[in-house]
Amino acid sequence: MNLQEYFSLVFSDYTLRTITLGTAILGAVTGMLGSFAVLRKQSLLGDAISHAALPGIAIAFLITGAKDSNTLLLGALVSGLIGTFWIRGIVSKTHLKSDTALGLILSVFFGFGMLLLTYIQKQPNANQAGLDKYLFGQAATLVESDVWLMAIVTGVSLCVMLLFWKEFKILLFDKDYAETLGFNTKTIDVLITVFIVLAIVLGLQTVGVVLMSAMLLAPAAAARQWTNSLSTMVVLASVFGAFSGVFGTAISASQNNLSTGPVIVIVAAVFVLISFIFSPSRGLLFRQIRFVKNRRDLELQKTLSFMFHIAETHDDISHPHEIRILNNFQGFTKGSLKTLEEKNYIRLEGSTWSLTDQGFETASNLYNQQHQNNE
Amino acid sequence: MKSHNSDQHEKTVTAAETVFAVKVDDLTVAYNYKPVLWDIDLEIPEGVLMAIVGPNGAGKSTLIKSILGILKPIAGSVSIYGKPYKEQRSLVAYVPQKGSVDWDFPTTALDVVMMGTYGSLGWIKRPKQREKKLALEALEKVGMLSFKGRQISQLSGGQQQRIFLARALVQDASIYFMDEPFQGVDASTEIAIINILKALRKAGKTVVVVHHDLQTVPEYFDWVTFLNVKKIATGPVKDIFNDDNLTKTYGINYKVSIQE
Repeated sequence: MNLQEYFSLVFSDYTLRTITLGTAILGAVTGMLGSFAVLRKQSLLGDAISHAALPGIAIAFLITGAKDSNTLLLGALVSGLIGTFWIRGIVSKTHLKSDTALGLILSVFFGFGMLLLTYIQKQPNANQAGLDKYLFGQAATLVESDVWLMAIVTGVSLCVMLLFWKEFKILLFDKDYAETLGFNTKTIDVLITVFIVLAIVLGLQTVGVVLMSAMLLAPAAAARQWTNSLSTMVVLASVFGAFSGVFGTAISASQNNLSTGPVIVIVAAVFVLISFIFSPSRGLLFRQIRFVKNRRDLELQKTLSFMFHIAETHDDISHPHEIRILNNFQGFTKGSLKTLEEKNYIRLEGSTWSLTDQGFETASNLYNQQHQNNE
Repeated sequence: MKSHNSDQHEKTVTAAETVFAVKVDDLTVAYNYKPVLWDIDLEIPEGVLMAIVGPNGAGKSTLIKSILGILKPIAGSVSIYGKPYKEQRSLVAYVPQKGSVDWDFPTTALDVVMMGTYGSLGWIKRPKQREKKLALEALEKVGMLSFKGRQISQLSGGQQQRIFLARALVQDASIYFMDEPFQGVDASTEIAIINILKALRKAGKTVVVVHHDLQTVPEYFDWVTFLNVKKIATGPVKDIFNDDNLTKTYGINYKVSIQE
């Protein structure tokens, strides 16, 4: 199957449609909530939560013996929440910094989860095969009810976000100030965190414990590059996330069933890369272009204002001067003199230069501006 | 000290006999095991422009944050106009240290100032035209109206400080707590800010400022509190801003620097 076939099949084929819809919704909700995680500088929280969910999956299986994804995800939710609130507890009750707490919870929970998984695999239970799909995810196992669950959670979190938009924003920007205005910041904080945990747990089946945090961070990081408005950022992150899901699924389905989770993450990373380079205001490319252009403009201005100072001392502003006398000043090159001539600011004749009226006027304005700026 | 306004002083003394704008009783705050504020009793009369001075680590910011309920004290109580702070929140506005937030946050100057209206709006309700108008007025007061649409990371340090000030002005409070509003701002911004603070005092508001520059205390303020874990002294600048209290607070002799 190639990409073209995929897109023609996506509307008719049940499995393909389910998977595509699932990954799109997942990308949208993680992108949306990921914006909050990124802006709170809690990027690693997603990683910790997803790893902390693993033992929950194993324990849910051990208790119920069933492989029903909803049951397992409920287990993941519980242990993910426990992990998250332990992290908060460690940070507030001890001297440890949040990166230490995150790292600690991440590895301890993940280690415990792996221990349980290997224990389960030793069990003489035919049902046990396939639990390890939660490590790297397997989008192909998505069924309609999974997608419905994702859609419901996405809908609820969207409503909550719209309802508490103002509260979320002020908590993200200035928590102490929000507290003085009478908002219970702990409640808002818990609300955001619970939804982040929910989104991550929903993604475990598709993208897996190990890669899930990228779904949270990549779309948000990419979106931040394109906008200076929080609402636009959240919308863009959702769109990037959804597209990563769809493209990732398309590529994985058309290329001999490459593992979907990793492909989605790679696609999201491409969004990030493109955003880092090509964003008009924050991107590396345009920043470099602006830098070079500004430097060139400044060089010209410096040369021009130096000429202005010389010309100023003469009654006739267009009195010709030797180019040589610019030598003790390092801002000029043959190129910059030529550009100045092209702009009709100066006239070059042999080894002399002279300011034109236009050049004199521009230079005197320049000088006034500089003077004002210094005040 | 010589530039002190005696009318102002009389007014504040009368106010002190009635009810205090802020009254702190036996406030003790500790980070882990180390006490940061020890048994602070403090009465701030209505209508003063007060500086809190003291060395680094003296607990100046902690005092403000404890009064505002951001930090939970081990012991002690705070009352605003005779009632617990929690009931009087709407009378109090806070200007945090500029460095306490991430200025790369994706938002505009106007949007930050609008946050000042969130408290009176309460949960869920969104700011509307009325709130926007208030925010624009506050931006104008701090001379930042032309920057309203500017992304906050593209503002200078002084402009960011003015934005924070405007956000507090929007709250139209009776008491303003400001944590180092003059930190890292240039001379013109400093003058602009102090003019706003003086205007607030003139309007009968109480302004409490954590301040670092001892030289400007007599010129800017009419009331001062010396703090170094314990309260050293509090009162009118012209009465208590002297070498004795400075030495007690900072532990070294300050004669030369102040008397010049």
